[in-house]
Amino acid sequence: MLKTFPKGGIHPHENKITSSKAIKRLAPPKVVYVPISQHIGIPSKIIVERKEKVKIGQVIAKSGGYISSNIHSPVAGTVTKLDKFFDSSGYKKQCIVIRTDAKDKSNFEEIDLPLLTEIKLSEKDILQHITDYGIVGLGGATFPSHVKLNIQKDKNIDCLIINGVECEPYLTADHRLMLEKAEEIIVGIQILMFALHIEKAIIGIENNKKNAIENFKELTKNNHKIKVAALKIKYPQGSEKQLVRALLKREVPKNGLPLDVGVIVHNVGTIFAIYEAVQHNKSLTERAVTVTGKKIKDPSNFWVKIGTPVIDLINEVGGLPEDTRKILNGGPMMGKAIKNTNVPITKGTSGILVISEEEAERKKSSNCIRCGECVFVCPMGLEPHLLMNLTEKRMFENAFNEDIMTCIECGSCSYVCPSHRPLLDYIRFGKSIIKTLEFAKDKK
Amino acid sequence: MSKKPIIISASPHIHSDRTSKKLMYDVVIALIPAFLVSIYVFGIGAIIVTAVAVISCLIFEYLIQKYLLKAEVTISDGSALLTGILLAFNLPSNLPIWMIIVGSLVAIAVAKMSFGGLGFNIFNPALVGRVFLLISFPVQMTMWPTAIENQAKIADAVTGATPLGIIKEGLQFGETMTDLSSKIPSNLDMFIGLTGGSLGEISIIALLIGGLFLIYRKVISWHIPVTMLFTMAVFTGIFWMIDPEQYANPLFHLLSGGAILGAFFMATDLVTSPMTRKGMVIFAIGIGLITVVIRLFGAYPEGVSFAIIIMNAFVPLINKYFKPRRFGSKIKSKII
Repeated sequence: MLKTFPKGGIHPHENKITSSKAIKRLAPPKVVYVPISQHIGIPSKIIVERKEKVKIGQVIAKSGGYISSNIHSPVAGTVTKLDKFFDSSGYKKQCIVIRTDAKDKSNFEEIDLPLLTEIKLSEKDILQHITDYGIVGLGGATFPSHVKLNIQKDKNIDCLIINGVECEPYLTADHRLMLEKAEEIIVGIQILMFALHIEKAIIGIENNKKNAIENFKELTKNNHKIKVAALKIKYPQGSEKQLVRALLKREVPKNGLPLDVGVIVHNVGTIFAIYEAVQHNKSLTERAVTVTGKKIKDPSNFWVKIGTPVIDLINEVGGLPEDTRKILNGGPMMGKAIKNTNVPITKGTSGILVISEEEAERKKSSNCIRCGECVFVCPMGLEPHLLMNLTEKRMFENAFNEDIMTCIECGSCSYVCPSHRPLLDYIRFGKSIIKTLEFAKDKK
Repeated sequence: MSKKPIIISASPHIHSDRTSKKLMYDVVIALIPAFLVSIYVFGIGAIIVTAVAVISCLIFEYLIQKYLLKAEVTISDGSALLTGILLAFNLPSNLPIWMIIVGSLVAIAVAKMSFGGLGFNIFNPALVGRVFLLISFPVQMTMWPTAIENQAKIADAVTGATPLGIIKEGLQFGETMTDLSSKIPSNLDMFIGLTGGSLGEISIIALLIGGLFLIYRKVISWHIPVTMLFTMAVFTGIFWMIDPEQYANPLFHLLSGGAILGAFFMATDLVTSPMTRKGMVIFAIGIGLITVVIRLFGAYPEGVSFAIIIMNAFVPLINKYFKPRRFGSKIKSKII
């Protein structure tokens, strides 16, 4: 029996059409738009001026506080604008616009960094590198990694979990990374285990990536500290809480973190970025991105410079199909629909998904038939139909008492609802209102 | 790019291909085998009763939505169709047509639309219709055409009691189970459906095929039917072991009356059954117990409809107290 979490979950069509396509490196875009808020927390502070020349990897915006991160220039070029542009949130956000210098050779060098297995830095220096080189969680949450790794002394961490689940349909960037950079990822894991004094690590991978599982098993054959676990294919297994439950049978308490049960979870992409930061002093200026869609001519995986406009990537895979009606930043379950194709790729972009006419529009919703399917699939043990109802009636305190705030917004309820009810929309709305209300603050 | 604008909406952006309509039509498909058997056993009467019930349910829903509520007409969603079929399945095949229409009116207007339409009704509409008829017209509602010999008759059917009725009456007049065993159909006849009764409840095999189809299609889960039948078997089994001369055996109870139809098609009605697996089990145990109490000690020979309606009333309470265990909450309760 493959491991998985026991309550809830769904199995949408996987559609991993790009899983056999190696990650290609693209020529740098002519212009990059680098938002200063690419992570959860305080936006970074711009430290460059207009017309200033910048190099690859130079810090262009400094961490704005504890929960924040440095941002580096993805290209060598000239800062042309410091202005607000649309990003994938749908709002205009402060960006640093840099025109790539076509003459600068460093922009066009094929960077293939050699594998360095020996860890030379001290524990403290490792954490400093992770802070300095702007590493944030690349699984999608973009939580600054140095904060996650700065563990209070009273917490006893005994296991590092590496999240290679990639349960979102369509996305394959992590899968390819695990195949192509497996050795580097192993070194990255060892770096973290060394820095945090953790004796055990588990790489969790869903069983639709058998070659990645085999690959890691082969590499960790003689390493008893790192285990590879095949997981049953079930969405949302990539969610931290569900993954910890699946691998260790430990349940993260309500409103708690994996830290509370002695676990720290990192995405494989983050681990690779940590490896590069620590071993090669490389800042986080590019990431693996899947560009895909059922009607896309040549769906692919790319190494993309942060700040590259989405349209550049779409042109690279054969342009937008005629009947495109929706473009997503991320996968189909949790991705955000973007307004136009000029928004930039950020540290949190794991994929660009193009959806055509047939699948783009939501069906009309009808009465709830109380089938209980939403209750059955909710991985958090909530009652989505009830939460929607309470929010609709503006009974926010009741919704709070029904644990609306613990919703992880995986969308399983909206996915299964046979009446096509917008369950998650209402739950999100309820959550956002409750955050502003007094009673919720008191109770926390 | 296409001329139509890009859509911005919140996640998730994909949806499973299940729809309420498909669920309803799956149930309709699951009822076809039982319907075919009833046509064979009761002849043209089965077709007439079903057709009248279905058509009148659809018309009443249409009229109420269009002219009374002035709302969108949703009769194509399959729910009124299903109510019609299930109502017909709970009626004798020779019931006067006007009574069927009255039953349909009660089912749709009183039990469903007055609560707010699909999804808001507390009680199973088809059963409310049936129980209303049973109380209002007890004579016609308990004249069951006998099997096979009425195939070609439209009126003046030869009637007889159901197996449950025979037992009830016999025991009241002091007969023992041994005396009665010759008067009731064999287990095999009841299993196939060669017996008197409501037109859709008679064939156990046909209903089981439909029920398993629904479980296979994940329209219903096994929790309600299995728990309900198990409870009935255990409860009747206890009495049977105490005194086999005064109480029928559990197998007879499962094969007779509306036990199987009720367990797979009536109690599992999505709208009027609990939402959690835990709740479903409690609900089904309640139905099983009440059914047996009515069958053994009540005035009516059969109690499935009453039991389901009574337990329907408890569903909001069950939903309130048998919630799924929240992820990360400390109290560990057994997950059923």
